[in-house]
Amino acid sequence: MADITETALPGVGQRIEFVSEAGNRIGVVHYRTGRRELFVCSPSDPDAVELSVALTDDERHALADALGGSTIVESLDSMAQHIEGLAIDWVTVDVGTPFVGKSIGDARVRTRTGASIVAVIRGETALPAPGPEFGIEAEDVLVVVGTPDGIVAVGDLMTTG
Amino acid sequence: MIDRALLLTELGAIILGLGLLARLAGRFGVSPIPLYLLAGLAFGEGGLVPLVTSEQFIEVGAELGVVFLLFTLGLEYTARELVTSMRTVAPSGLLDLVLNFTPGLTAGLLLGWGIEAALFLGGVTYISSSGVVAKLLTDLGWTANLETPVVLSVLVFEDLAMAVLLPILGAVAIGEGATTAAISIVVAVAVLVGALAFSYRHGDRLGSLVFHSSDEVSLLSVFGLALLVAGLAESIHISAAVGAFLVGISLSGEAASRAQSLLGPLRDLFAGVFFVFFGLSTDPGAIPAVLVPAVLLGVVTAATKLFTGWTAARRRGISRSGRIRAGLALVARGEFSIVVAGLAVGVAGAEDLPALAAAYVLLMAVAGPVAARMAGPGRVAGRPAAAET
Repeated sequence: MADITETALPGVGQRIEFVSEAGNRIGVVHYRTGRRELFVCSPSDPDAVELSVALTDDERHALADALGGSTIVESLDSMAQHIEGLAIDWVTVDVGTPFVGKSIGDARVRTRTGASIVAVIRGETALPAPGPEFGIEAEDVLVVVGTPDGIVAVGDLMTTG
Repeated sequence: MIDRALLLTELGAIILGLGLLARLAGRFGVSPIPLYLLAGLAFGEGGLVPLVTSEQFIEVGAELGVVFLLFTLGLEYTARELVTSMRTVAPSGLLDLVLNFTPGLTAGLLLGWGIEAALFLGGVTYISSSGVVAKLLTDLGWTANLETPVVLSVLVFEDLAMAVLLPILGAVAIGEGATTAAISIVVAVAVLVGALAFSYRHGDRLGSLVFHSSDEVSLLSVFGLALLVAGLAESIHISAAVGAFLVGISLSGEAASRAQSLLGPLRDLFAGVFFVFFGLSTDPGAIPAVLVPAVLLGVVTAATKLFTGWTAARRRGISRSGRIRAGLALVARGEFSIVVAGLAVGVAGAEDLPALAAAYVLLMAVAGPVAARMAGPGRVAGRPAAAET
């Protein structure tokens, strides 16, 4: 996983970036106005931007798709930014929890915690919007949306000890 | 009795003229401020076509322009950003203050203006133009450069310093004694700290109080609040501009961006009027006499800003070329130099200040961006036609 750093740009917005293996500084400037600018720096002069491109919302999604990024995660992220107090996290189901083999409905996750399971990542595949009949298996990664407390509660349910 | 036809015709001509100038500035990618000043000079006393009836409106409009400029400046920053920037940039910010205030102060004294007027000239040379710098960084594609947070933090420091400086200058302007001036400063600092603390903790609350689902209600409430606080601030001698700035800082997040989009157009209108007014009330005949000092001051304060940027960037371990870019970005002076000079009306010994400040800003608002462009135009692709900053 690349080491992503965030830097505040007072009055402008935020810069989010990482350094590629080849030594290019690559990132995105998030302007307050909503404008997004992709930038790349050359390894010979990491301080100065070599190329920057402003992207519309559609273009950002197209680029993320082309790169093979998960659009579910991205749209969830943008949702979380718009709704204050909403959090998203990934919870791995431990082998020993009593919920392994039960369906999401039987486990009554939402009733117990107030948080919803919006996707399940099983191995290499992501399964979006699982219904109440969806069976939870050990080692599943649940994508959970809710209040920060609710997410912690789901984490407590799905882990042992 | 006002000649209504003449009043409307004059105002229409002025505002349409501003529109044309802004269009021209946009075409060449320069700040419209110097052009507005030139227009004011052309239509003022001793200019090409003196105005007859609209002076009074322009004068009130100019007051509103200052309030809007500072209010929207406050909106740019959240209290959190201000506090963080202050912590990280304080040494560079102080260096900036000393290096760039002193040349103006010294020049004023050398010109024999007396200490009060010289203090104003110090303010004129100190503050970089956030508007011009922000536009420059976007235009040149420097926003994501490593030195850019340093540049922005220095600007933040200047803006906070201005909130302390304006009340001091205001006290000097009305010729009060040292005690009254000291009281103004203490009050200003206390109010500033109070507003920051309030915004830091309850920034959203003020926003939800003032804002409404109707744009009309929101616009009137925010505009009214900003003017009211500006008036209160003026009445306790901490300057209307500072009051408006504090209201801007107190709004953050969603409320700030709403206010920005609602009041942005009004800001553009009245700030334009303010620059024209400054030009109008400056005698163009006085400019040739101050041209040499203005150019000398320009050269010296370009060098001191370069050094400021260089040092601030070096403290963050930024490369040689980045340090130069940081310095060049800070050279431009603009709106706030004019705001400071505008406060000096009636100060003893400051008769030549408007002319000198106008010449100086005309020079620096153009020279700064031009020098930066020559130093290293970044490649910016796919920039949308509408320049947003």
